[in-house]
Amino acid sequence: MSTNDTYYIPHKATWPVIGTGGLVMTLAGFANYLNGSAIGSTLMVLGLVIFIIMLTGWFTLQAGESESGMYSTQVGISYRMGMMWFIFSEIMFFGVFFGTLWYTRNLSVPWLGGAGTGAATNELLWPSFNATWPTNGPGKVGGDFEPMGAWGLPFLNTLILLSSGVTVTWAHHGLLAKNRAQLIKGLIATVVLGFSFVSFQAYEYHEAYTEMGLTLGSGIYGSTFFMLTGFHGFHVCVGAIILSVVLFRSWKGHFKPENHFAFEAAAWYWHFVDVVWLGLFIFVYLM
Amino acid sequence: MSAIVAEHEHDHHEHGPAKGLLRWVITTNHKDIGTLYLVFALAMFFVGGSMAMIIRAELFEPGMQFVNPQFFNSMTTMHALVMVFGAVMPAFVGLANWMIPMMIGAPDMALPRMNNMSFWMLVAGVLLLASTLFMEGGAPASGWTLYPPLVLQTGTALPFAIFSVHLLGISSIMGAINIIATIFNMRAPAMTLMKMPLFVWTWLITAFLLIAIMPVFAGAVTMLLTDRFFNTSFFDAAGGGDPVLYQHIFWFFGHPEVYVMILPTFGVASTIIPVFARKRLFGYSSMVYATASIAFLSFIVWAHHMFTVGMPIAGELYFMYATMLIAIPTGVKVFNWTATMWKGSMTFETPMLFSIAFVVLFTMGGFTGLMMSVAPADFQYHDTYFIVAHFHYTLVPASVFILMAAGYYWLPKWTGNMYDERIGQLHFWLSTISVNILFFPQHFLGLAGMPRRIPDYAVQFADWNMISSIGGFIFGASQLLFLYIVIDTIKGGTGIKATDEVWEDAHKHGLEWTLPSPPPYHTFTTPPAVVPTEHEHI
Repeated sequence: MSTNDTYYIPHKATWPVIGTGGLVMTLAGFANYLNGSAIGSTLMVLGLVIFIIMLTGWFTLQAGESESGMYSTQVGISYRMGMMWFIFSEIMFFGVFFGTLWYTRNLSVPWLGGAGTGAATNELLWPSFNATWPTNGPGKVGGDFEPMGAWGLPFLNTLILLSSGVTVTWAHHGLLAKNRAQLIKGLIATVVLGFSFVSFQAYEYHEAYTEMGLTLGSGIYGSTFFMLTGFHGFHVCVGAIILSVVLFRSWKGHFKPENHFAFEAAAWYWHFVDVVWLGLFIFVYLM
Repeated sequence: MSAIVAEHEHDHHEHGPAKGLLRWVITTNHKDIGTLYLVFALAMFFVGGSMAMIIRAELFEPGMQFVNPQFFNSMTTMHALVMVFGAVMPAFVGLANWMIPMMIGAPDMALPRMNNMSFWMLVAGVLLLASTLFMEGGAPASGWTLYPPLVLQTGTALPFAIFSVHLLGISSIMGAINIIATIFNMRAPAMTLMKMPLFVWTWLITAFLLIAIMPVFAGAVTMLLTDRFFNTSFFDAAGGGDPVLYQHIFWFFGHPEVYVMILPTFGVASTIIPVFARKRLFGYSSMVYATASIAFLSFIVWAHHMFTVGMPIAGELYFMYATMLIAIPTGVKVFNWTATMWKGSMTFETPMLFSIAFVVLFTMGGFTGLMMSVAPADFQYHDTYFIVAHFHYTLVPASVFILMAAGYYWLPKWTGNMYDERIGQLHFWLSTISVNILFFPQHFLGLAGMPRRIPDYAVQFADWNMISSIGGFIFGASQLLFLYIVIDTIKGGTGIKATDEVWEDAHKHGLEWTLPSPPPYHTFTTPPAVVPTEHEHI
């Protein structure tokens, strides 16, 4: 009756409920913090710690099971499908913010400027508003600001992310060719490039806030700019952390040419983050 | 690392559940998790139902009776959120967990640990939502759509409600990923896609919808959060944003979301009706294609919820015609259910009664939907009780009735005991009569101009409101019968043990009826060699 020769069915999982507890504590803490309650930040940090312990524990468990050969090909397919559909959900999440940018730039801001028929907002409320992009709206919310150009740091960051896509593929080739040195070197390069991207973006944000008057509160331009690039930057961080774990596991001798789901998942995720950035570079910075 | 491996090798030799209450916390078994979902959904059905009772009590007579307007609006909001995210969706996920592995001949769900997590995320999300009832400023009172700017006036509750939506979204996405991986990767070799029971097909498509829309809702509420707390201007025209943008995003989520609740309903109906008509399902492949078409159309019709918001005329026309298209695949389905029953040797046990009532009453809800798709006509219906009547017809005598049908249909399989058929039929007739007394008059109220989400009304609406409330109280009370039957059946019911196939010749329709009643803790550890099919041509 053993299920494990065909499909590995784990029994009695404790990490899921611990992780849920950690996450709900983090969110309840954050909500309390936003409402100005004193216990908010403590609760949030505590929840995050529990959540990180869960991640560490659960992934250690999975890595151990994988290395001991408990996962059949069929189990591997389930994991791959899981990752694929997770990335699809992420695409939809970013789609919301790209859609927001498109809608405001092409529809609602021109309507505020008097375009279209039947909209009286312009005449009645803001007759002097001239619809252009970038804008912080007829109320000049957040005050004067300078929009972010494309050809300085953002372009450098584009080159960095594109190169990191190459290095991670190079690492993958190393893994497939049983060339562990190439695998580790490729991963180190990818992680370094990933964290450099994040550092440059942090510098860019610093410039925006201190020199350019561009903040999250700078009307719809600031809102869409920081929301899109911010969520993307967060995903780069997560991706780089995942790759660091993969690097650590490679260094410990994990992964075989025929069994390295964690590497693949990390690489897929990294390419996804890469493609989102190209969209950002074109629609947020260039156009 | 070796210690961990050893611990799990030890685990392999334990095939029963853990002892005590902890079993339900750490279980990875699809049947246990299915039970958790179903019990949780039933509990939330009564929580959400109590809120509906408060609403109907307040509307029993014109004037202010029991609650203040703010609390009334909290009740309409929370009733909707609890019923959608706490009752109907989890109930169908529960059925999916219990039935899909057994229907496709799989040992369990593809990702059992994640399965456990998606259940507990659901509980966490609903608890966070429920906690807002006790907060300063009250629970959200903006309607379940959470439209800005109104929702931004919510008190302390706002961030809690938003984060609860995030948790519910994570739960749904994990559940949906699991269902897709299970169906694609875990089928018995003989179970080809076009042999799968319709319930499995509809859930496959529903799972795809969930993964596509839950992140969209998460994005929308995240922007509400930043607009309120971080000075963004997404939904504020002064900063160049647009409150209507929220409505577009919300309904891009919201329209597929209502199909998340109806597609599995279709699936269960398509599973039950052939068994009691003693025929194969009429038009199996057209059912599959119709389900896929409905799912596709659900993504391109969202702004029919916004006909009166001030869209360009081209938008009104496009969304009107696109919406009307949905009637075609839906009509195919209703035709097929009817044709399945045509000249069948039918018997009318409780699951079949609920399924027939579903076909008739859902069709009614569908027709009022068609009326509202006509943009100029919708200017009269918009935000009135006509809308309330419409979507309650598609949710209560459709989704909820089919959930009841599923309960009666599978309870003997789950528990090994037969339920009391007399009380089941009593429950059916009381529910069916009262649900029409409850919702049918709301059509008249809406056409006469009574607005939704208002605790008081003009005296001209008094009669129909009183009748509707009486229907509501009878309907609410009748559901206690269902609770009684469930508990009674679990405890042994009529004392009659269920046979393996429970319903005559059911094994010709589904693999679950080839298993013992109740099925052992682990089933199909080796895949079955032969599988039944509804498909006429195989």
